[in-house]
Amino acid sequence: MSLRNKCAIVGVGQSRIGKVPDRTGMALAADAAKAALDDAGLTPADIDGVLAGYTFTEPYLMLSSVMCEYLGLQPTYSASIMVGGGSAGFMLHHAMHAIVTGAATNVLIVMGENRRTGQTSDDAIAAISKIGHPYYEHPYGAPMPGLYGLVARRHMHEYGTTYEHLAAVSVNTRYHASLNPSAQMRELITVEDVLNSRMISDPFRMLNCCLISDAGGAMIVTSAERAKDLRSAPVYVRGIGEMHTHEHVSMARNLTETGAGRSSEIAYAMAGVGPEDIDYASLYDCFSIVPIMELEELGFVKPGEGGDFFLGGHARLGGQLPVNTHGGMLSHAHAGGAGGLFDITEAALQVRGECGERQVEGAQVALAHVEGGILSAHCTVVVSNTE
Amino acid sequence: MPITRSAPKRDADNTPYWDGAARGELRLQRCAACGVARFYPRLLCPECWSDSVGWFTASGDGTVYSYSVVHRAPSANFADAVPYVVALIDLDEGPRMLSNVEADDPEAVQIGDRVRVRFERVDENSAIPVFVKVAA
Ligand SMILES: [Zn+2]
Repeated sequence: MSLRNKCAIVGVGQSRIGKVPDRTGMALAADAAKAALDDAGLTPADIDGVLAGYTFTEPYLMLSSVMCEYLGLQPTYSASIMVGGGSAGFMLHHAMHAIVTGAATNVLIVMGENRRTGQTSDDAIAAISKIGHPYYEHPYGAPMPGLYGLVARRHMHEYGTTYEHLAAVSVNTRYHASLNPSAQMRELITVEDVLNSRMISDPFRMLNCCLISDAGGAMIVTSAERAKDLRSAPVYVRGIGEMHTHEHVSMARNLTETGAGRSSEIAYAMAGVGPEDIDYASLYDCFSIVPIMELEELGFVKPGEGGDFFLGGHARLGGQLPVNTHGGMLSHAHAGGAGGLFDITEAALQVRGECGERQVEGAQVALAHVEGGILSAHCTVVVSNTE
Repeated sequence: MPITRSAPKRDADNTPYWDGAARGELRLQRCAACGVARFYPRLLCPECWSDSVGWFTASGDGTVYSYSVVHRAPSANFADAVPYVVALIDLDEGPRMLSNVEADDPEAVQIGDRVRVRFERVDENSAIPVFVKVAA
């Protein structure tokens, strides 16, 4: 049985984003959950499934149970799911399985983290760098940008990708963020600004790296049938696919050919569409090499052409394939699992036609690709406003 | 300034590896069933799941597969060492490992550089394998 068009995203929500010192991570999640519930026109009593993610800033071991407790929910289906920054995609996949098998009717997917103000930036950087192998990578002092820097440097070596290409991704994304009132960083930047920003881990400078944000994000998933009676326009999940290849970057068999290709093949096949049918794409962008590679691996361009696509303005609103109209993790928000969740909710809002100044005209089919680790775990989601 | 490294944590999978490093030897596992050498040390061969394994001493020679020059350290014990090179090394025996490439000029490290292991003493029982460039 295929999951094609069996489920719909019927509510999306986010907290205030950026520096939100008056909110704990749990409160940010609660803000987002409330907004998503309101968007769907549902009440807390309607939620019988809850999927939570993970948090670096709060000490809860059983996060999904704590989340339900904090929100006063007693669902019949719940779990914490940790597959890195792309967790929201995998959570959506789990929610869909629960819905089609009848284990749950309305599933709340929710994550929030006060990563910006709930810890020092040194602690944030140390916590994120724990993604490296504790025995075989940590002794060498590889920070998160360095681990992705290994990937970027290899891509530059194999395909001639340049610092300007990497900068173009950040510039493109910031332009979109300037059109999004909720984005953390909205001031326009140039390629020169990126190239002159502080070196972090070569080839990444500060403006090639994702933000550290306080943010909560949530979405509500239900059956396609039930979605038709709810407040917001249904966003049907046409296709979804995963691929898992490793966790630690040193164990990746190939740094320029990741699991993104396979996860997208699965999603496209389920959806009955190809890259040429996609009107808008959210591409996970923790570091500016990643959207370049995703464009290539998801079949939007040929290998090695991702950088030119950004530099040529083709990923800009009005271009051939607008990418990350919300501003991505580079300019909108990155707060753990919530960052990847916004890739999916932006795709949903695009096909709902509710993106205001950043709306892709006539967007009907949208894609979100998220990943966790160092290009370790991939999930591709194809959504549409029609079945 | 040198990096301040903490002693490696020995466990049932990796004790021969760290014991070897302490003696100045890069000890790797090789699957006795399919012959594939592996890193990091573990119970089953990731290729064929055989638990039949032998340890051997690798040449310590390898090639830089990729690298990044770190300017913003992940924690205080690396802060004084910036800029330093983190690299993926393809060992001549097959496995890939992450390490540092020590170089007077970090910017001079390139993909394809030939490197050789050097063991950096951490305490009396432990050493950590790092790599240095060798002349072409
Ligand atoms: Zn084997």
